[in-house]
Amino acid sequence: MAVQESIGFSGGVRRLGTVLELDTRLLSMVGALIAIWIFFDLASGGLFLSPRNLWNLAVQTSVVALIATGMVLVIVSRGIDLSIGSLLAFLGILGGFIQTEVLPLEGPHSWWISILVMLAAGALFGGLQGVIIAFLSIPSFVVTLGGLMFWRAAGWLFTQGRTITPLDSTYSILGGGSIGEFWSWVVCAAGALIVVAFIFWKRNSRRQLGFPVKPIGVELVMILVWIGLIALFAQTMNAYNFPRSELGRGIPVPVLLLIIIASVMAYIANMTKFGRYIYGYGGNPEAAELSGVNTKRVVAGAFALIGMLTAVGAMISTARLNAAPLSIGQLLELQVIAAAVIGGTSLAGGVGTILGALIGALLMQSLQNGMVLIGVPSSPQQMVMAGVLIFAVWLDMIYQKKRR
Amino acid sequence: MPEPTPAVEMRSIFKHFGGVHAVEDMDLTLYPGEVLGLLGHNGAGKSTLIKILSGAYPRDGGEILIEGKSADIQTPRDAKAWGIETIYQNLALADNLATPANIFFGREITTRFGALDEAAMEHASIRVMKRLNPNFDNFHDAVSNLSGGQRQAVAIARTLQFNAKIIIMDEPTAALGPHETQMVADLIRNLKAEGIAIVMISHDLHDVFDLSDRITVMKNGRHVWTGDVDQVDKDDVLQMIILGRRPDGSYAPGILSENT
Ligand SMILES: Nc1ncnc2c1ncn2[C@@H]1O[C@H](COP(=O)(O)OP(=O)(O)O)[C@@H](O)[C@H]1O
Ligand SMILES: [Mg+2]
Repeated sequence: MAVQESIGFSGGVRRLGTVLELDTRLLSMVGALIAIWIFFDLASGGLFLSPRNLWNLAVQTSVVALIATGMVLVIVSRGIDLSIGSLLAFLGILGGFIQTEVLPLEGPHSWWISILVMLAAGALFGGLQGVIIAFLSIPSFVVTLGGLMFWRAAGWLFTQGRTITPLDSTYSILGGGSIGEFWSWVVCAAGALIVVAFIFWKRNSRRQLGFPVKPIGVELVMILVWIGLIALFAQTMNAYNFPRSELGRGIPVPVLLLIIIASVMAYIANMTKFGRYIYGYGGNPEAAELSGVNTKRVVAGAFALIGMLTAVGAMISTARLNAAPLSIGQLLELQVIAAAVIGGTSLAGGVGTILGALIGALLMQSLQNGMVLIGVPSSPQQMVMAGVLIFAVWLDMIYQKKRR
Repeated sequence: MPEPTPAVEMRSIFKHFGGVHAVEDMDLTLYPGEVLGLLGHNGAGKSTLIKILSGAYPRDGGEILIEGKSADIQTPRDAKAWGIETIYQNLALADNLATPANIFFGREITTRFGALDEAAMEHASIRVMKRLNPNFDNFHDAVSNLSGGQRQAVAIARTLQFNAKIIIMDEPTAALGPHETQMVADLIRNLKAEGIAIVMISHDLHDVFDLSDRITVMKNGRHVWTGDVDQVDKDDVLQMIILGRRPDGSYAPGILSENT
């Protein structure tokens, strides 16, 4: 057995993964992503990997990716949320309504009040669906399918179908703004510091308890890889200039939001009791119950969380359009679910990572972006995406079977 | 000699699932530092009875006293607060989590800032698992990758970690080989020596006679007989389990009508 494990390429990759504490599945996703990027770059004559396209790709990915981090927790706890796109439209309209009808348009406080209301409403309505699911034991599929029909219709009531536009100009920064070259470097330096601090903190707490730690060389290589990736990211975002200008745009605000939210979500998933209960409940609901976990509150909490993330998604989407149309976010739930599943979240529950969902979202968006660049019409695009989703679920089933 | 206060007294417990009366008018008494064998054939209501004690099921009727005090146990959390720990028949482990996460599931150690303290939990897990299985060193894999005996050890470690006063074991050796069974038997003796009261459900009469001080037999959800192990032999016990016939020749309530 041990001999079989150690020979062959996959065995080698697995061992490398163990040494670096990386998931082999994650590594293969990164591999697929790189392959897709190289393919589209060649097929588009170098357009795909241009700073301009990568900047746009990052913005396009942000909404799906940030909601997908919440979808991971929902699916891990054996649920599904089909109401995302519809709830996003409702929350966007709610925000626009507050900025234009309730408060004075361009009023000094309009932007942040509407943001707070959207976040609170997202958590409240997402949580409400969660409470119905958890406390009345109605399958999440049914409740959120109801939400899918309900929320867009509720949005219509606000506006009678009229598109709210324009929106507050400060608010619009959330969609199209970027933070400039200097602040991009500051953010990336801070990010690198946090990564380094985290690696050493983990190493130190292990050593204090007398556990073996990785060779310092391996840690240093990891740190260099991280710093290199972060610097490459900042460099790329800064390389896309404002029109007729030498100034780089820097990190787009939606991407900055995504980075912050994804970090918080990774913390919640891996380092809090709530996250632990989500995974434990997904692995064995009965065990969670018998261990004294308040499972109903955990499940409802996951839906409140994704509702709040949907509000952030609504802000970015409406701010980008400078409008809150009723049609926004259509089929978004499927893109979000696909991102989570492609990123290794198992529909059977109990398995899934935040990082995986980010890579899944980027992979999907790269496919779509690349197909646009090489001139594939939109219908075949959707057909390809559908194929990729089913392929990802099939891969997951093979993977799960192998682990048994 | 005055009788010591029982660690657990369950009086006239009732529980039904729809039309099925799983437990009816059942009594159980457990003294500190003793092992009580709970016997009965499949479907007799043993698991249901102990799940009422561990808070997994709310009872429909009856009373529970812990060390003489009335205990209103409604949830697993309540039971744990009374010092009752349970090893369930199906182990109730979260298969996708690693050993430390399972041992501390529901009662995680956190840092000052409220984050999970993984290192501290792993450290404590290593210590408690050493007591059960000195060779065990797989603390990072999901428990679905462990052997039956190792999983059993993880389930037992869950109870040891939290200083239980009362431990309930539902068929703790059913999935184990002879070596591991011996290990669990030694463990039960050690726990007993520490003054912990243990209820053990088992099908293996040899184990029961070997480890128990007293036995309680139930049939069709009802109490048949309770007494010292040395008052009866295996034949007597089998008669009670299968026929509901006590050593003195009388029948448990609700049995006679069925057999005539
Ligand atoms: N959760 C449940 N729902 C419905 N019926 C149950 C449930 N648990 C146990 N029962 C029924 O209650 C009776 C007692 O079962 P159980 O307590 O598991 O017996 P034992 O552990 O002695 O084999 C059986 O008839 C069983 O089918
Ligand atoms: Mg049973």
